[in-house]
Order: sequence, then C-alpha cells, then structure tokens
Amino acid sequence: MEEARRGFVSWTEERLRLGAIREFLRHKTVPVHRYSFVYYFGGITLFLFIVQVITGILLLLYYRPSADAAYESVQFIMSKVRFGWLIRSIHSWSANLMVGWVFVHMFSTFFYRAYRRPRELTWVSGALMLFLTLAFAFTGYLLPWNKLAFFATKVGTELAGDVPLVGKYILLLLRGGEDITEATLSRFFGIHVAILPALATVILGIHLALVQVHGMSRPISVRAEREIPFYPNFLLRDLAVWVLVLALLATLATLYPWPLGEKADPLAPAPPGIRPEWYFLFMFQTLKLLPSRILLLEGEEIGILAFLLGGLVLLLVPFLDVWAQREQASRWVTAVGVLAIVYLVVMTVLGLALPAI
Amino acid sequence: MRVSKSIGGSRRSSFLAVHLSLLIATFPLPGMAQQESCVTCHQALEGRLSAPVKEMEADVHAKRGLGCSGCHGGDPTRIGMDAMDPRAGYLGAPKPAEVPAFCGRCHSDPAYMRRYNPRMPTDQLAEYKTSVHGQRLARGDTKVATCTSCHGVHPVRAVTDPRSPVYATNIPETCGRCHADPAYMKGYEIPTDQLSKYKQSVHGEALLQQGNRLAPACNGCHGNHGAVPPGVESIANVCAQCHSATRDLFVKSPHKVPFDKLGLPECSTCHGNHEVARPTDEMIGTGPQAFCTRCHEPGSKGLAAAQAMRASLEALKSRLGEAQALVSQAANAGVEMSDARLTLQEAQTRLIQARNVIHSFSPKQVESVTAEGLKFAEKGVAAGKAGLAEVRFRRRGLSIALVILVGTAILLFLKVREMERQRMGPHP
Repeated sequence: MEEARRGFVSWTEERLRLGAIREFLRHKTVPVHRYSFVYYFGGITLFLFIVQVITGILLLLYYRPSADAAYESVQFIMSKVRFGWLIRSIHSWSANLMVGWVFVHMFSTFFYRAYRRPRELTWVSGALMLFLTLAFAFTGYLLPWNKLAFFATKVGTELAGDVPLVGKYILLLLRGGEDITEATLSRFFGIHVAILPALATVILGIHLALVQVHGMSRPISVRAEREIPFYPNFLLRDLAVWVLVLALLATLATLYPWPLGEKADPLAPAPPGIRPEWYFLFMFQTLKLLPSRILLLEGEEIGILAFLLGGLVLLLVPFLDVWAQREQASRWVTAVGVLAIVYLVVMTVLGLALPAI
Repeated sequence: MRVSKSIGGSRRSSFLAVHLSLLIATFPLPGMAQQESCVTCHQALEGRLSAPVKEMEADVHAKRGLGCSGCHGGDPTRIGMDAMDPRAGYLGAPKPAEVPAFCGRCHSDPAYMRRYNPRMPTDQLAEYKTSVHGQRLARGDTKVATCTSCHGVHPVRAVTDPRSPVYATNIPETCGRCHADPAYMKGYEIPTDQLSKYKQSVHGEALLQQGNRLAPACNGCHGNHGAVPPGVESIANVCAQCHSATRDLFVKSPHKVPFDKLGLPECSTCHGNHEVARPTDEMIGTGPQAFCTRCHEPGSKGLAAAQAMRASLEALKSRLGEAQALVSQAANAGVEMSDARLTLQEAQTRLIQARNVIHSFSPKQVESVTAEGLKFAEKGVAAGKAGLAEVRFRRRGLSIALVILVGTAILLFLKVREMERQRMGPHP
C-alpha cells in the first residue's frame, strides 16, 4: 500500500512538478502588523468573483437571451427552478458587493502604496480588473430585460455616445443599432458570458500570479510584528473570511431577494427617476452638473474625456507616484486619494438624492 | 379716396398705412403672394374690425386656403369699400338666426366639401334643424346655440385641435357656457346643474380628469348637431352605444317588461343621467343604499333575488381579498408570485363580469360567474399559502445555513490560532 502511494506521488511529481509549488508555499509568508486586515480585501473580491462565476454558470442553464424570452426565463428561474431564486439573488447581490469591494480593495492598496516597486504590474492588472468588473456589471444589468434595466442601459450607453469623435460609433457598437433592442441584449449577453470572462481569466490569472510571486506588500514605514506562513495559516484565515462573506450573501439573498421588476417595454415612455446603477452614478451626476458648453466642446464630451483621462491616470498610478518608489508616502498622493473618495461619495449621494431625468 | 372717407380723416396714421398697404397689394413685389384687399384694409384698423385678421391665422378655413370672402362674399380683388359690394356677392356678418344657413352653404354641399375632406359629413344643417336648438331658432328664439356658439368664429378650429371649444375634453364647458348659466337659461325651465353633476360623474371623471377622449361628453348621449334630450324610450339605446353587453342582459331580464309598462327609462332609473356615479356593490341587495328596495317590498321574491346576487358577489370579493392579501404578503417577502397574480386577475375579471351580469337580475346567472371566480380565488389562496410556506422554508434554511457557516468560520479561526500558538511555542 505504501509502495503504491509512493508510486502515485512519484508519477504525479514527474508530470506536474507539484514539489516546486509545495516548496514555494512552504517559504511564502505573510507579514503581521496593525494593517494586516487589508490583506483579506483582495481575497474577498476573489471570492465574490468565484461566486459570480459559479452562480452565473447555473443561471446560464436556464437563461434565454432574447427580448421575448429573457424576462420570462429569469421569472422561470425565480419561480420554478429549485433554488433558482437563491442563485439569481446571490448573483445579483454578489455582483453589487463585488463592485463595491473592488473599490475598497483598490483604495486600500492605494493608500498603503502597495503598487510600489516591484508590484507596479500587479496594480495595472488590478486596475484593468476594476474596468472589467464595471463592464461585467453594466452588461449583466440589462440581461433580465426589465423596465429599469432597459432605461438605465439607455442612459448608460448614451454616456458612451458622448466620447468625442468616436462616441457615435461606440454607441452603435454597444447597442447594435440606434436604439436598445434585442440586438443590444444579445451582444450584452455575449460580452457578459464570453468576452469578459475570457479577458478576466487572463488578467485575473496574471494578477494572482503576481500577488503570489511578489507576496503581500508591507505599507511604507510599517514594521511587521511577525510573519505567518501563507500556507496553511493565512489561507485558512482567508477561508474563514470567505465563509463569513458567504453567510452575509446568503442572508441578503434570502431576506432581501433581488427583485425582477416589470418586463421592459421599448415602446413605453421612460418611468420617472431613471438613473444608472449606483456604481455609475458619479459619472452620470458629474455629466449632469457640467455646463452644456465648455470652451469649444460640449460639456458632456469634456466630462467623458476627463473620465478617460482619470482611467489612464489610475492605470499609471505606480509610475506617477515617484515618492512611493523612494519608499516615501507623499501627503499629496494621500490627498489625491482622499479627494477621489470624497468626489465619488458626494457625486453618488447627489445622484441618489437629486431628481433624475 | 373712398377708403379714406370710410376710415375717417382723424386717423392719419391709419390712413397712410392703408394706402401703403393698398399700393403693395395692388402692385405686389416679386415673390409676394397676392393678398385679399379685406386683410389689407382690416389689418390697419383697430379693435373688432382688425381682430379677425389676426384671429384668422389659426382658422381651419384659412389653413385650407379660404379667405374672408369665402364666407362673407364680396370681391377681394377690388380695393377699399368697393370690395364689399353686394352686387359682387358681399354678405357681411350674418345675424345669429342666419348662421346655420350661412355655414350650411358649404357644409351641406357634399360636392364642395369633398374637395377639402371627403370623410366630413354634410348633414349638420339637416340635423341642426331637428335639434331643440334648431327648432327654437326656427320659431324665432335667437338665444339658442347656432354653429358659431359652439365652434367659435375667427378662428374656427378643427374639432381635433385641443384648443377648439368642441374638442372632446372641452365640450362639457362649451355646452355649460349656456346650460350652466341660470341667468341665461331663465325662461327655459330646464335645470342648470348638468355640468356640475357631469363633472362629478364617472364619465366626467374619465374624460376630464383622466383625459380619456372615448368617455362620453354631452354630445355622447345628446348628439352633436341634432342635440335633443333622449326620450324615455331611447335612453337605453343611448347607453347601449358603449354598454351593449349590459343592455343585452337587461333586455332579457325580468325587469324589461315592467319597466316598459311603467314607462321607466331603463338605465337612468337606477344610475341617474348626468350624475352617473361609479357603481358600487351596495346598489344591489337590501341595504340602505340599495336601489332594489325602492320598488320591491320587504319579503318579496325580488328582494330575495337581490339579496342572493349580493351574497354571491360578497362571497367572491371576500375570498379574492383573502387571496390577494396572501399573495402580496408572499411577494413582499421576495417570493416570485407572478403566476398567482395572473390567477387572481382571472378571479378579478369574473368579479367584474358578475357585476355586469347583475343586469340579468337572475341570481342563478350571477352565481354561475362568481362560482368560476371562486375557483380562481381558491387557487390564489392556495398559491399565497404556498408562497408563505416557501418564505418560512427559506428562513429556516437560512438559519441552519448561518449556524453551519458561522460555526465553520469560528472553527477555522480557532484552528489557525491553535496552529500559530504551536508554531510560536510556549511563552517563556
């Protein structure tokens, strides 16, 4: 028996080289200090992503991406499929928590300057994952083909149409025509379940590999009290947090099941109070507050250009923060981060509080 | 010079303007349309003499290319007062008694009207002559309504124009201008509260508050140009224009013969006319608001039938209400109840049908409809109860899941702590 076991281990070792991974994990440690709790943030985001993948695949078994059947298929999932209501509700709640948690993870990484050398590309891949997450949320929101999603997508795609010069083409590309139609639904579905997952697999793979290669970053001028092994200690702690997040998801999904609303009617007038989902409200509100013309361009075009520039700056943060590369935490960079949070929160709250279109 | 005399020498500025206008009208500049001399002169005048020029811009006749002379005659190619030559067909402004015939010159001529609107009826004048208005006018009463009283004058707008006095939602106020004015209607010995009653009615609410142009206004029951109060024998036919199914039921009901014998108007006997209120279930039965007790004696077969029909309605309403409450409760707790709601809609439809079938005055017929409704209501109750059972199942499941998940998390933390304690070794 012992011989057979050894033979199996030797067989797999020769082919999979698991010993190298074991050796790597044996030496990998995680620093412990007063800010160690932020190390769980990335794991929580990853867990929510895994939940999205699993529940998304289950929903895919019943979902039908056509204007005639999309709403009814989600209704079927929620009323006839055993635990379908739970899967759909967890998918929706998890999507929202994931978007929120991606921001929390990004800002904690930002304030602790975790992007400094040699983790610049970890940050860049993380920023790309943020954009992908928003794209996942945007495309997924339309899929139930309900009234709110229909008109919110109309508003959302109009934002894309404001990109100077190419906005019109982006709008046509996103909608598959001038208006939100079944063509929009089917391409949003394709983007949501094929294109984005493919991109996310590559970028998330790179992100996670870089996290493993470089290990956890220690905030500038913070001394580690001690170090704990990544495997199994930190992994078990991570697992415990994941279990608690799952408990939170189950509670939200059961006590506050995500509503389906009314079926979209493209011929009906937009209901009052239509606005994009909360994670796009800051953009929506900013564009609303901008004057109609700034210099020679339209206000909304300037706004969209500013957002594109903001996205680029976000990607390049590790290369712009030259102080962090010298192991210095610049107060200016911190101030920019705080201002960004204040801006996001204020605009989101204004977007919720002020009357919509 | 005739023009300047007619205007009066004291208005020097008008005088100059008229002459300048005449000059342009007579010798129009290239690209300028030839203007009728009526407009040229009248637009330079003041008050009621110039007002029609501006008002005609919105007139449906002007939009179809008819000018002043189209109605008033005369020769607009002539200049000044010469244009208003009776020998050139000038008619001037008609007196109120002359208005119907004045408008009828064209509107009663199918060949002429076809050129403008082939679908437009041309029997207005003939109808008008049969109306109470028309007959009184023929007898010399010039206070009655003529065409312009309702359609306006300068501008006359199309009936489809929401600003027209005869646009569907404006009709009650237009009729009410005379009929709701006690001083104006003095001497006619008819009530003047129709408009206020109509506004309170279910029809008035639909037309004036909800903007439903299919709801009847005054003309819906009284007719347009041939407006007359419907007689006892025609009231039911008037109502049946819309409520045909109800009328069919009534005609076959045991009420039809006695109503005819007693000379009672069918629908309005119970529902009233201008004040037709939204019907309630209290109208049937033996309660204080029930109409049945007005004619039927206590203990009579008629009242027993009324009571039975009311009981059928109440039984369905009660079960439907119960089902609706259960389904709403389950839906509010997050259970998908769209199928149950469809079932309840079926029950609701049967309730509406049963209320209509009341007009058969047959307890058996009413009960056959409410029995169908009750089947759907029962299904709704069952669906609601199943929904609430599902809510309890979900919450129980959540409780168990939370115990397992939180317990697992605690065990994992304890395990990690134990591992770290062992790794760090005993404290010195």
